[in-house]
Amino acid sequence: MAFLEIDRLFKRFGATEVLKGITLEVEEGGFLVLVGPSGCGKSTLLSMIAGLDTISDGEVRINGRRVNELHPSQRDIAMVFQSYALYPNMTVAENIAFGLEMRGVPKADREAAVAKVAEMLQMGHLLKRKPSQLSGGQRQRVAMGRALVRDPQVFLFDEPLSNLDAKLRVDMRTEIKRLHQRMGTTIVYVTHDQIEAMTLATQIAVLKDGVLQQFGTPAELYNNPVNMFVADFMGSPSMNLVPAHIRAENGKTVVALSRANEADLILDPGVASAKLGAVLGQNVLLGIRPEAITDHDGADRNARTLVDVDCHVEVVEPAGSDTFVVTHLGGKHVIARMRSDASVRGGQRAPFTFNMDKAVFFDPKTELRVA
Amino acid sequence: MSAAAAPGRTPGSSIVPRIVIYGLLIFFALIYLIPFFVMLVTSLKTMPEIQHGNMLALPKAPTIDPWIRAWGEACVGLTCEGIHGYFWNSIKMVVPAVAISTFLGALNGYVLTKWRFKGHKLVFGLMLFACFIPFQAVLLPMATVLGEFGQFGKFLTNTTGFTFGFGNPTVNLVFVHVVYGLGFTTLFFRNYYEAFPTELVKAAMVDGASFFQIFRRVLLPNSLPIIVVTVIYQFTNIWNDFLFASAYAGSGDVMPMTVALNNVVNTSTGVVEYNVNMAAAMIAAMPTLLVYILAGRYFVRGLMAGAVKG
Repeated sequence: MAFLEIDRLFKRFGATEVLKGITLEVEEGGFLVLVGPSGCGKSTLLSMIAGLDTISDGEVRINGRRVNELHPSQRDIAMVFQSYALYPNMTVAENIAFGLEMRGVPKADREAAVAKVAEMLQMGHLLKRKPSQLSGGQRQRVAMGRALVRDPQVFLFDEPLSNLDAKLRVDMRTEIKRLHQRMGTTIVYVTHDQIEAMTLATQIAVLKDGVLQQFGTPAELYNNPVNMFVADFMGSPSMNLVPAHIRAENGKTVVALSRANEADLILDPGVASAKLGAVLGQNVLLGIRPEAITDHDGADRNARTLVDVDCHVEVVEPAGSDTFVVTHLGGKHVIARMRSDASVRGGQRAPFTFNMDKAVFFDPKTELRVA
Repeated sequence: MSAAAAPGRTPGSSIVPRIVIYGLLIFFALIYLIPFFVMLVTSLKTMPEIQHGNMLALPKAPTIDPWIRAWGEACVGLTCEGIHGYFWNSIKMVVPAVAISTFLGALNGYVLTKWRFKGHKLVFGLMLFACFIPFQAVLLPMATVLGEFGQFGKFLTNTTGFTFGFGNPTVNLVFVHVVYGLGFTTLFFRNYYEAFPTELVKAAMVDGASFFQIFRRVLLPNSLPIIVVTVIYQFTNIWNDFLFASAYAGSGDVMPMTVALNNVVNTSTGVVEYNVNMAAAMIAAMPTLLVYILAGRYFVRGLMAGAVKG
C-alpha cells in the first residue's frame, strides 16, 4: 500500500469534467510532480488533495486513511502557494507560527519551532520583518518555512517557483531538492515547467485536459514516452518528431525519411525492427531527441545501432556547452545536438550520427506509441 | 492604479492650462467655502454686530459666548437647556449604528466573496437593491415594525420587568440605520474583498483557522482602508439623517441632534439669535468634519482600492 493514493479521482463543475479518473500512487518519502500545460487540471488535483476543492468521485488516501471528507487542517498536510499567500499584517515569525497557534501549540514551543525552521532556511534575520519588506526569494523562503514548521505527512507545492526570476528559480529548485533529501517527507509538487519536473521528481505524472497521460519515473517518461504529447512535452529542446515511412529493403525493415532534392534517408531502426513489422508500408512519426543525433565522435560508444549519414546543414546555433545543428528531414526541421567544437557550418553538408537505440515511433493518427 | 505619482511637467508644455485649471479649482473651492465662512464668523459675532454689519465681515470683537449659549442655554421647544443633551443622543445612536452596520457589512462581504454559496449573486443583487430604496418608501412600514417592537417591549416588561431595549427610540433608530445601511456597507466590503487574494484564505484554512478566526486574523487586519471608507460614509449619513430621526424620535428628550437643531432654529422667542443658531449648527456639523479630517486621506485611498478591481 502506497503512502499517498489517488484513486479514480473525478472533478466535475456541472457538466464539464475537469479531471477524468486520475489514479496515482506515491511511496512514503516520494517526490511526485504533477506537470502539464495550463488548464490541464494539475492545480485542481492538488487542491483536491489539500481539501480546498471537493472531490466529485473517487478517493484520496493518505497513509491508508480516506481523507475525502476531512477539512484541510485535519489532513496533516502543508501547502506552499504560488503567490506565497503570506499574511501581510503579520511578521515573518507570526506567519510561520500561525498554523501552530491555530492548533493550540503553547507559545514557548512555537518560538522554538520557528527558530529551528529559521535556522534551517537561513532566515533568522528576517523574522521580525513584514512580508512587504521582503524580496521575492525571501517571501518564497518564508512560505516554505510556514509549511516546514508544521512537520506534516505530505507537503503540497503549487507552482512555488513560477514568480521568481530565472536564476533564483534554479537556486530554489536545488534548495527544495536538498530539503526533501534531508527531511524525507512526501511531496506533491505542481509545475508547468518540465525541467523542474525532471530535476525534482522521483515520480512524474503528465496531465492533459484532465486525463493522466503517463505516470512514471523521470527517466521512463523521457526515454519511453507512451504518446506524442508526453514525448513533445518532456525535454528541451523538445523531441524531433519526423514523418517517416516504414518499408522493407533487402529483407530488412527500414525507416525512410524524405529529403528535399535528394534520395530518401534510410535508417536502420535497430531494436525497434520487430515491432515496426506491424506497420510495414505505413507512415509513422519518428521521435528522436536532439542528443541522439550527434556528430560522429560525439556519439554514444555503447549504442547498438548507430547510423552515420550526410545531411544538409541549414543553421548552426552554438550554445556554449553544445552546438545545435538544424537540418531538414521529412519536411520538418530536425535539431541535432553536437559537441561545441564540432566543425559544422551552415549551408554545407555534414556527417550526422543517429543513435537509433533511442528512437521511438508513433502512429500519426492516434498519436500513440507503436515501437 | 499605477504609481504615476505626481507627474512632473513635461518639458516644452505650456504653463497656461495649469493656471486655468488651478484657478477654476480655487474659484469653486471658495464658492463652496463661503457658507461655512459666514456660519463661522456669524457664530463669533454679537447680535448688534450681526444686525448692523456686513454678513461677510470678520467679527470686530470675537466672542465664544454664542457657542456657550448654544451648548447650554438655547431653547429647544419649551426647554431651554441647550443642545448638549441632544448631541449625546446623537452620539449614543451613531456609534452603535456605525459599528454594527460596518461589522455586519464586513461579515457579509467576507461570506459573499470567500464562502460562496449557491445563489450568492442573487443575495448580493438584493442587498445592492436595498441601496436604491428611497428613505420615504420605508418610512411607514418601518413605523409598523417599530410599533411591534414597542408592543414586544411592553410584553417583556410585564413578564420580566425589563424592556431589553425594545421600544426605546434610540435603539429603534440604531436598528433602522443598521438595516438601511447594510446594503451600502455590504457593497463596500464585497468589492474590497473581491480583490482580496483568496489564496490567503486558503492558506489560513490549511493552517487550521476557523471561519471567524480567518475573518478576525486575516481579513479584518488588512481591511483598514475600506473600514475607514465605510465608517466615514455611515457616520456622515447617520449623523446627518433628519427624516428617520424626526419620524421615530421627533420629540422630547430622545431627539437626535439634527431634529434638535431644527427646533432651535424654529423656536422664536422674540429676536432670532442668528449667532446662537450658527453656533449650534457648527456644533452639529463638528463630528462629521472631525471624522473627515482624521480619516479623510484613507477615504480617497479606500475608494481607489475598490475602483481598481471592481
